[in-house]
Amino acid sequence: MSPDVKEVKKKLRVATTSLAGCFGCHMSLLDIDERLVPLLDLIELDSSPLTDIKHCGPCDLGLIEGGLCNAENVHKLREFRAHCKILVAVGACAINGGLPAQRNHLDIRECLQTVYLTGLGVERGFIPNDPELPLPLKQVHPLHDVVKIDYFLPGCPPSADAIWQFLTDLIAGRTPKLGHGLIHYD
Amino acid sequence: MTLDPSAIVARHHGDASRLVQILHDVMAVEGHVAPPVITALARALGLPRGQVEGVVEFYSFFSSEPRGRFRVLFSDNITDEMAGSHELRKHMLDSFRLQPGEVSRDGLVSIGTTSCTGLCDQGPAMLVNDRAIPRLTPARIGAITSLIRGDVPVDRWPDNLFPIASHVERRDLLLSTELSPGAAIDAAIARGAAATIEEITRSGLRGRGGAGFSTGTKWAACASAPGPERYIVCNADEGEPGTFKDRELLAAHADLLFEGMTVAGFAVGASKGILYLRAEYPFLVEPLLATLEARRRAGLLGERVRDAFAFDIELHVGAGAYVCGEESALIESLEGKRGIPRNRPPYPVTHGYLQKPTVVNNVETLVAAALVATHGAGFLRAVGTPKSSGTKILSVSGDVARPGIYEYPFGVSVQQVLDDAGAVDTQAVQVGGPSGMLLSASELHRRIAFEDVPSAGAFMVFDGSRDMLAVVENFTRFFAHESCGFCTPCRVGTTLSAQMMKRVVSGTGSRRDVKDLAKVSNLMRATSHCGLGTTAGNPVLDALAKFRPSFDKRLRSLEVLPTFDLDEALAPAREATARDDEGAHFTNQTSQAEKP
Ligand SMILES: Cc1cc2nc3c(=O)[nH]c(=O)nc-3n(C[C@H](O)[C@H](O)[C@H](O)COP(=O)(O)O)c2cc1C
Ligand code: SF4
Ligand code: SF4
Ligand code: FES
Repeated sequence: MSPDVKEVKKKLRVATTSLAGCFGCHMSLLDIDERLVPLLDLIELDSSPLTDIKHCGPCDLGLIEGGLCNAENVHKLREFRAHCKILVAVGACAINGGLPAQRNHLDIRECLQTVYLTGLGVERGFIPNDPELPLPLKQVHPLHDVVKIDYFLPGCPPSADAIWQFLTDLIAGRTPKLGHGLIHYD
Repeated sequence: MTLDPSAIVARHHGDASRLVQILHDVMAVEGHVAPPVITALARALGLPRGQVEGVVEFYSFFSSEPRGRFRVLFSDNITDEMAGSHELRKHMLDSFRLQPGEVSRDGLVSIGTTSCTGLCDQGPAMLVNDRAIPRLTPARIGAITSLIRGDVPVDRWPDNLFPIASHVERRDLLLSTELSPGAAIDAAIARGAAATIEEITRSGLRGRGGAGFSTGTKWAACASAPGPERYIVCNADEGEPGTFKDRELLAAHADLLFEGMTVAGFAVGASKGILYLRAEYPFLVEPLLATLEARRRAGLLGERVRDAFAFDIELHVGAGAYVCGEESALIESLEGKRGIPRNRPPYPVTHGYLQKPTVVNNVETLVAAALVATHGAGFLRAVGTPKSSGTKILSVSGDVARPGIYEYPFGVSVQQVLDDAGAVDTQAVQVGGPSGMLLSASELHRRIAFEDVPSAGAFMVFDGSRDMLAVVENFTRFFAHESCGFCTPCRVGTTLSAQMMKRVVSGTGSRRDVKDLAKVSNLMRATSHCGLGTTAGNPVLDALAKFRPSFDKRLRSLEVLPTFDLDEALAPAREATARDDEGAHFTNQTSQAEKP
């Protein structure tokens, strides 16, 4: 991209967040390594674990890793949906529930009781009930169960190359296309 | 009777390919196949334990866990639903204080559903310990409930519960031609094997099981496939909901069917035939075995049929899996395995039962073949249309005055069938079952024939009072239940479709569901491994094309809505924490335009 084009083109405003995820997808984003430098010429970050801005403002793009395991996740997701023109589910957890959804065949009441009351080594336990704490949902859900998702970027985590390809396609106004080596390998 | 697994295995000559039949015997004694029994069977048959367990878990008529001593299964086809089966089932569940599928604490009874019992002309119907009971009414349910309470064995239940009526409303070629036993075989012998196949080809006979493949071409391919052994398999799985015409043929024209199988055996050079009968027709087993025995005594089966060739027929009973009607899954099942469709090609005509050349034909096809063998190609050619010679037997059910069996020359219009069956105010007809074609009221001039609307036999009629989306929802449930799970598009797609249709019907759907329904249906059609998956989206796609306003009217929102009730999803955690503050609830369920 030539320098003068870069100047006239407004930077894309991007927000990211991790819901019920492990930050692995964010780590993978950082794994694009030295390409972070040209990337930061093209985007500016809004709310994100990397900026510490708490709430999302109007954005062009929202990247979300992790699924929905509690009420706060749902509120955060809706906040992103309300502010981001394009919303992307990044990684297996956001797309399918992923590892956290392994609890879906358990009764959440029994989980809480085992962990806080009856489990091995628990003494004088009680189930935390402070109104500050978000309540867990009965089951872990993928993002698209609650809002419209514009793109799904699969992988656990998606590779840095896949993320790079996806972002540069999107920034250049192309429909992102991940071919061989980025989402399928056989 | 106590269970002796090794004795049962011995009775089947230790033949692992008879596993499905062996499991039927175990089920008959104990009502389930307990884990130690699975281990014993695996050892006795020399199979990996996992394989035996896999077969037990695959078929819905088998179970590794005890079910009730009385296992009640309500037929869940749409025609049963329309005749009030859901209310009857609920009533019965309530009177035993049971949840669906749950076994009562004393082990007496469990009440569930099964896909289709093939009794749509006399529904609602149920199976109790695998015996069929048609024409359920509140009074009959009351009687059945008392019999179960009294722990009366099903063998001693009053006879008036069981009779399966035969409603033949219109006869044509097949149902009106009587043949003296042996006539078709004699004609085939006189003509010679190759000429018999040629005659079948010339008659234009095409498979009646759905795909409509030329029967003569199929037989010729099998006859010329290399190898000394060949098999004739009759597909009597009849699993497509709304289809019950093979039931009638098996009940009243079994001789003609066996004649057709024997002619096929002679023509292609097979010495063994197998009839794969669906487990939902247990009442046919004894009469069919008796007919086979009579034919053996008459020299029409056995080592020397008419002193010309050897041919005998064995009966295999399925175990409640719709996918086993697919010919390669059926063959897997015959070999004692899970009914997972094979890769095709190679096709069964070269690599079928035990990897030997095999003809798989539908019951009606073989009956027609017997008549062609006797009376020549012209007999069939004389009726029907250019590309669909002969007749088609339809199973008419739903909103008609006279449900039952109707045989017509190919080319009959849908309207004609409706008039004959006494249908009024018809809104839609599902031809060929859920995997077939949904016709709206503007298409009733269309004709039943391979050239226009092909049909495997089902003809379900819906009048203006019916909710067509509820009909489609029933069909999506059917496919989700019957998907064998082997390939992802169908395993996942059928379940997603059923969930989305349920949301739409219950009025909690959004426009996204409608869009995704079309997407998933097309994906299944394009990428599934077998015919079940490729047709599973048909009812949804047809309904979207022909009844679109019914969808739009039902949507709660044009926005994307959560697919589940958010506030309700917090209820268990609220209970565990005894919280009821504002943060413990979702107050805003619908809008996504929430501000931080
Ligand atoms: C899911 C599925 C279910 C089927 N069920 C049946 C059935 O119940 N009876 C039948 O004759 N054919 C059924 N078929 C078609 C068979 O695969 C096969 O085409 C047929 O038995 C061949 O016999 P025909 O040439 O005489 O029609 C089914 C196919 C699929 C994909
Ligand atoms: S998809 Fe994998 S890497 Fe990403 S949040 Fe989930 S577990 Fe972590
Ligand atoms: S399409 Fe469905 S029934 Fe057929 S193989 Fe795939 S999962 Fe099994
Ligand atoms: S693991 Fe079987 S389809 Fe993905």
